[in-house]
Amino acid sequence: MYRIRFHGRGGQGMKTASRILGTAFFLEGFEVQDAQRYGAERRGAPIFAYVRASREPIKERGIIQRPDLVIVADDTLLLIDAPGVLKGMTPQSVLLLNSEEEPKMWKDRLNFSGAVFALPDVQDLKEPTEQLHIGTVCAAAGARFVGVISQKTLKQAIQDELDILGNQIVEENLEQALRVYDLMEAYAGKIKPSSEPAVADYPDPAWIEMPYEDARISAPAIHAAATSLKNPTGLWRTLRPVIDYDRCHRCSSICSTFCPENAISVNENGYPQIDYQHCKGCLLCMEQCPHHAIESSLEHTKTLESDKGDEI
Amino acid sequence: MTRRLLTGNAAAAWGARLAEVDYVPAFPITPQTEIIETIAHWMDQGEMAGRFTTLESEHSMITAAGSAAATGTRVFTATSSQGLLYGMEMLYTVAGWRAPFVLMNVSRGLSSPITLEPDHNDILAARDSGFLQIHCATCQEVLDSVLLAFRLAEDDSVRLPVIVNQDGFYLSYTREPVEIPDIEEVRKFLPAFDPENTQFRAGEPRSQGVAVLGGAFYSYFRYEMHLACLNTLSVFDSIAQDFADHFGRKYGILETYQMDDAEFCFVMAGSFATKAKNAVDLLRDAGWKIGLVRPRLIRPFPADALCRALTGIHGVAVIDQNLSMGKGGILYTELASALYSSNSNSPLLVSYIGGLGGRDITREEFFKMARETRHAVETGKVPLPRLLYTEDELRQMRKLQTIAHAPWG
Repeated sequence: MYRIRFHGRGGQGMKTASRILGTAFFLEGFEVQDAQRYGAERRGAPIFAYVRASREPIKERGIIQRPDLVIVADDTLLLIDAPGVLKGMTPQSVLLLNSEEEPKMWKDRLNFSGAVFALPDVQDLKEPTEQLHIGTVCAAAGARFVGVISQKTLKQAIQDELDILGNQIVEENLEQALRVYDLMEAYAGKIKPSSEPAVADYPDPAWIEMPYEDARISAPAIHAAATSLKNPTGLWRTLRPVIDYDRCHRCSSICSTFCPENAISVNENGYPQIDYQHCKGCLLCMEQCPHHAIESSLEHTKTLESDKGDEI
Repeated sequence: MTRRLLTGNAAAAWGARLAEVDYVPAFPITPQTEIIETIAHWMDQGEMAGRFTTLESEHSMITAAGSAAATGTRVFTATSSQGLLYGMEMLYTVAGWRAPFVLMNVSRGLSSPITLEPDHNDILAARDSGFLQIHCATCQEVLDSVLLAFRLAEDDSVRLPVIVNQDGFYLSYTREPVEIPDIEEVRKFLPAFDPENTQFRAGEPRSQGVAVLGGAFYSYFRYEMHLACLNTLSVFDSIAQDFADHFGRKYGILETYQMDDAEFCFVMAGSFATKAKNAVDLLRDAGWKIGLVRPRLIRPFPADALCRALTGIHGVAVIDQNLSMGKGGILYTELASALYSSNSNSPLLVSYIGGLGGRDITREEFFKMARETRHAVETGKVPLPRLLYTEDELRQMRKLQTIAHAPWG
């Protein structure tokens, strides 16, 4: 069985990626399961989806315990625990990243014993005016790595899954996907179907006897104040608002009032400061600022300047 | 006939479409909403006939479903979890009307605390309502069970509504290959419903669900529902055979897997049984004589079929994806009562609670349940019911509690 997991952020098309790869396997005659792990959906939050494919009926369900291939659309997910990108990976697993950094750097940094590969420079896959369809690109790379999905099948799968979005979007997706499929020819078949360990090779589950605890402990209540501060929702951000303090008129209220996350405070000198631990990057502040003193930058290219608020 | 990848939700919608239902009263709830979205889209595009109405709650939705069914139309509706419970009053009420229709429940754990992921406490809360219950393990079975359910519901000897259950996420949001039957073949298997005297009409005043003060009248109607429910056990096989003749897939009241020479087995309901099959395969590779019994029908409870299937089995690990507070696993309890009143040499039962709120059940846990069950048979000592829960899971819980219970300020 092939077991493949996609990690990305809400909005990057990880569900679409799993569906394209699932359909491609299916068109090649495989039995398939594909699914996205839904939670409380939100754009930018860590999301994963998975595909199983086998020549035999599939007798597994739910999340993949031991993936053969993990494809990551956004390398910032590797820096945080919450998405669980490396969960269940073994020395035989392969990690395929969309990253400007070298695979070797990630292999060392993550202390990961399996193989790490990178997608080609994804910005080169598209025309300058086009949007990058990273989900489809990841699906195409996955199709190449398993080596059992032809280019014709991949095209068909993309058409089947994206048909509803109209011709132009389908064409853009096809071009980007086929480009990455061609560029990664050397990786064809890097992923082989894995078999299951025998019964004796599994560790005993460390079951416990559930202890009785009184309701002061065991009722599902949060007694502490402001616990939401501990949830760094800033990691959902793909775009970062940056305040240009040279242009800020210290009106002191507009950006901080409109911020739906209450992530902009005003310091004692009257300047707004953004709490990047909790700013989700909605950019409402940028839209509302009457003096155009807030700009957006890609989270990836964030600069030191944007954290300078304290010194203003 | 076409075979394509469908989620359990899409398979449910296809079942309603192929059954050519007249009326779909709807109310959204995760993880069911995709079903009614799909049907609404088809009706909007003119690909599916019938009327779609969004009600303001599940209570009204189930009332509308029962009322429409009482006019003799074919009705499909769907809900999940809190929605099913919100409509619970009407669930009991419309079942008493003896008006047949099909309700798809997409299992999701109940509040509190709130969750989105599946277990069977929602569907089993409806087990005494008079609805029949079919529990599915694959997306194919979801589609097929909708068709089977209409035949069962509309059967002269039954005339009760049916709940078809699929597990949220593990089926509802998971695509797998599903054969979509040809509509012409479905029409032969499931012809238009002839309701005979179940035909309320505007302008023809009749009464329904009348008051019957005096317990004896009431007892008659309620026990007749019970007998009708039990009748399902005798008509199921012939309807399932008819289904197999048309579509090539045979469904039993129980699914049995590798039971022919088995000495041990797992008993469980729903889609997690797929995982049990995998565990059975691996255990058999390691020399075990072990199998799986999965009841498809939970209401009526297939007591005789289970007793027969478990004849000669030494030990059974019963895995309940539900928890009756203050009692334990519901399937375990019902299976024990069935075996106690049978004449057979009953197997030893070991009770496990697992998969609450979608908590995974791992391969190694199936292996350990098999080993514990064998040990219980060898020693004659039956372990206490156990929640599948690990040291690491409790550690994670402690971390959250440290945050939740920190002092103010």
